[in-house]
Amino acid sequence: MRYLPNSPADRQAMLEATGHTHIDELFSQIHADLRFKGRLDLPGPLSESEILEFFRQAAAESSREYVSLLGAGAYSHYCPVVVDALLSRGEFFTAYTPYQAEIAQGTLQAMFEFQTLMTQLTGQEVSNASLYDGSTATTEAVLMALRVTRRSHVAVARTLHPEYRQILSTYVRHQDVELAEVPYAASGQIDIARLESTVNAQTAAVVIQSPNFFGAVERIPEIAAIAHGQGALLIVAITEALSLAVVKPPSQADIVCGEAQSFGVPVAYGGPYVGFLTTKEKFLRQMPGRLVGQTVDTEGRRGFVLTLATREQHIRREKATSNICTNQSLCALAATIYLSLLGKKGLRQLAEQNLAKAHYAAGKLRGIPGVAMPFSSPSFNEFVVKVPGDAGHLLENLRREKIIGGLPLGDFYPELANHLLLCFTELVSRPAIDRLVDVCHQFAVQPAIQDFSPQRR
Amino acid sequence: MENRIREARPHMTRNEALIFERTSPGKVGVEFAPLDVPAVSPAEVLGHDLARDEVEGFPEVSELDVIRHFTRLSTWNYSVDEGLYPLGSCTMKYNARINEVVARLAGLAMEHPYAPQDLAQGCLRILHETARCLQEITGMDAVSLQPSAGAQGELTGILMIHALLAERGDPRKYILIPDSAHGTNPASVAISGYEVRHLKSNEQGCVDIFNLAQAMDADVAGLMLTNPNTLGIFETEIGRIANIVHARGGLVYMDGANMNALVGVTRPGDFGVDVMHLNLHKTFSTPHGGGGPGSGPVAVKKILEPYLPSPVVAKSPEGKFQLDYDRPRSIGRVRAFLGNFGMAVRALAYMLANGPEGLRQTTEDAVLNANYLRTQLRDAYDLPYDQACMHESVFSDRRQAEKGVHTMDIAKRLIDYGFHPYTTAFPLIVPGALMIEPTESAGKRELDAFIDALQSIAAEIEEDPQFVLKAPYTTRVSRLDEVGAARKPILRWKP
Repeated sequence: MRYLPNSPADRQAMLEATGHTHIDELFSQIHADLRFKGRLDLPGPLSESEILEFFRQAAAESSREYVSLLGAGAYSHYCPVVVDALLSRGEFFTAYTPYQAEIAQGTLQAMFEFQTLMTQLTGQEVSNASLYDGSTATTEAVLMALRVTRRSHVAVARTLHPEYRQILSTYVRHQDVELAEVPYAASGQIDIARLESTVNAQTAAVVIQSPNFFGAVERIPEIAAIAHGQGALLIVAITEALSLAVVKPPSQADIVCGEAQSFGVPVAYGGPYVGFLTTKEKFLRQMPGRLVGQTVDTEGRRGFVLTLATREQHIRREKATSNICTNQSLCALAATIYLSLLGKKGLRQLAEQNLAKAHYAAGKLRGIPGVAMPFSSPSFNEFVVKVPGDAGHLLENLRREKIIGGLPLGDFYPELANHLLLCFTELVSRPAIDRLVDVCHQFAVQPAIQDFSPQRR
Repeated sequence: MENRIREARPHMTRNEALIFERTSPGKVGVEFAPLDVPAVSPAEVLGHDLARDEVEGFPEVSELDVIRHFTRLSTWNYSVDEGLYPLGSCTMKYNARINEVVARLAGLAMEHPYAPQDLAQGCLRILHETARCLQEITGMDAVSLQPSAGAQGELTGILMIHALLAERGDPRKYILIPDSAHGTNPASVAISGYEVRHLKSNEQGCVDIFNLAQAMDADVAGLMLTNPNTLGIFETEIGRIANIVHARGGLVYMDGANMNALVGVTRPGDFGVDVMHLNLHKTFSTPHGGGGPGSGPVAVKKILEPYLPSPVVAKSPEGKFQLDYDRPRSIGRVRAFLGNFGMAVRALAYMLANGPEGLRQTTEDAVLNANYLRTQLRDAYDLPYDQACMHESVFSDRRQAEKGVHTMDIAKRLIDYGFHPYTTAFPLIVPGALMIEPTESAGKRELDAFIDALQSIAAEIEEDPQFVLKAPYTTRVSRLDEVGAARKPILRWKP
């Protein structure tokens, strides 16, 4: 096996040095009747070229030829080649958690930079060194709020990503916690009146998403005032972190959490991604996840270490702030490189391009008779449209034009059957948007699955 | 003192400021294609009260600045690519480059998790095949790839035990955890609604059958066992252990962190385990990445299959793959989308490269390497549980501590010799532990150099303990003030 560095002679010499004559003797702790005697029913061994071919075939069975208008928590953006070139350095990706700080300063300094970038973006004071992904980061934020407030009710916006809500309920099922769902208003934003009537002196936290699952940007100060008025924390989840380059940061929130996948991490069929969690300094000791801190060495030189580990499971065990052991270091590094590269101007420019694409598409779609934009609030690069007729049929027509026409909302929101969530990043070209609009036009006239004439193709 | 260091030599390392300190207004690191639709102003589209000005303090650097910055940082890291990285319980094995190449193929890396399933058959096939291979290796009946990492796998597994027992009308109160367990075990149990009941190990460092029989009463939902345990010892009595738990209505959870010792040799499904997790970043060679991403698939026996996280990747009789959301007894979701797909790609590439024979050879080499280190080092270091080990062995600093030198000091000195240290001070049942897991990715030559280094350090401690206490000497920073870092935390750069 090409990955193994020992020769048969090495193995023999080592075996003799251990006082054994046969390798099986080293497994004598395992009773003979528990040993696996057959041959595992597994493919391989394959050479490198065969492995490549295997995965190329799998990759061919994909939607890579299509223009995708899917967002909903995973965003396709262009990633400069520099990110992967640096990420592919073995010094980064084949290292582990920086337990030995003296020989892990590269990872540690990069994580310190990540923490800084996330606080700058979110308008918060401290950040951890990343969590699994946005969905689990949001759940961790809620668990943190329960610890901080010692209360047990949580008001959750119905416009928080539906899968994030599912994970939250999985986690709190055995915690004596009550989750109350707060509906959305006609604007697509949270229903303020209903929020006010839901939040009370038992409420640990109000959890919203902004831009929310429908793409609507929420009015944070107003929501924060309601939460804080009852002594509850405001948690703002963000799935499209790029929005933070043009949308005012939720500085009034107590915890900001979410997904930084947009920053140089591919959509990769759902993961790995990079969760983040930022908060106020006063909540630091209740924060989950790894933290990197600045310090000095014995000669006064600046250096970085993992710090405040007394919150963590390897020391506190069942009393830890979270069961999480690792962070999502390599993806956080990707985000750090990506954000450094784009910088102040580039990130803004990219966000403005996204805004412009979505604005252009919305304007065109709005002009189609029968196509409705149900929500009036401002949005970033995603919004909801109601289609005239069966959304499934429209999606089918779009597929014939090599367009994946967004996410049908009916499964997550039964009241929004025949509504699509559409996302327009910088990767969606104007001709693709125009093609989308054409198909929608056609569909508005004749809402059925259609064959387009050969000339149109 | 003569220079005994053979493996490492100091070399040039550059100083490098924080990226924020490299900033100079007006620099850009990326340029975009021109916008092909009319430009808009955020303030106009979003309204003045929702729109933001530029992000204060953000970097402004060129592309080359970024390359130099992160390349320099990378040279300050030790990595598997550079040499032996014997962190016990972490399985720091070689991360094959082909895994990285295939995970980046456009049809996989660019596939959106909500892509129509009939268009995403390649990704679904990979998930299905990875799960099938893991099922075969563990001898279990079903696998979910949804959990993000080992700790989340633990939580998932315990929640499933809870769901099964609750459905039987008796969820029970406690989970038994041996004192040698990893800290995530009790932390995960705490979220699952159970309380931890600790189980003291016997003199061999294994589960004490008598203690187990006493503790395993009608309030106990199950046992959470790491096998081989954190001492690197296989629980010889695993058959009896499982019988005791099962006889009293409990379930056996296995923490599969140490599966690298077992693949192809024995299967948890064949020795009484009901549910377990695997760490793809350990046994299945997906890169540790400086601390993640991981992936913690959960494998279960038939009785627990209905409770797996939703959705499950299913294969139709026609050979089409689809996501099955119709799982009424599922514990629910633990993670958005389908888990760390990219890690499944890499793990499958690893299994394909090895095949069944390669996986077995890998296990044998990992165990042989660990035993070689154990037998060659026990003259220099105290070995509290001196018996044949599996993938790792745990020494103690007892002898060196008499000279005032502890496991962390020995670890720091090992850095000067050109090696990444072992895991220090864990497991907790060995005071001053040196937990050494060489994995199969170390050749005899490198192991001999490592043995030589540790023996040499033992000699240094005899001669001049003070010298060792100030190590390392060859790194770009010397020992860092961790107490100061925790007392007055500085967690971000400020202008």
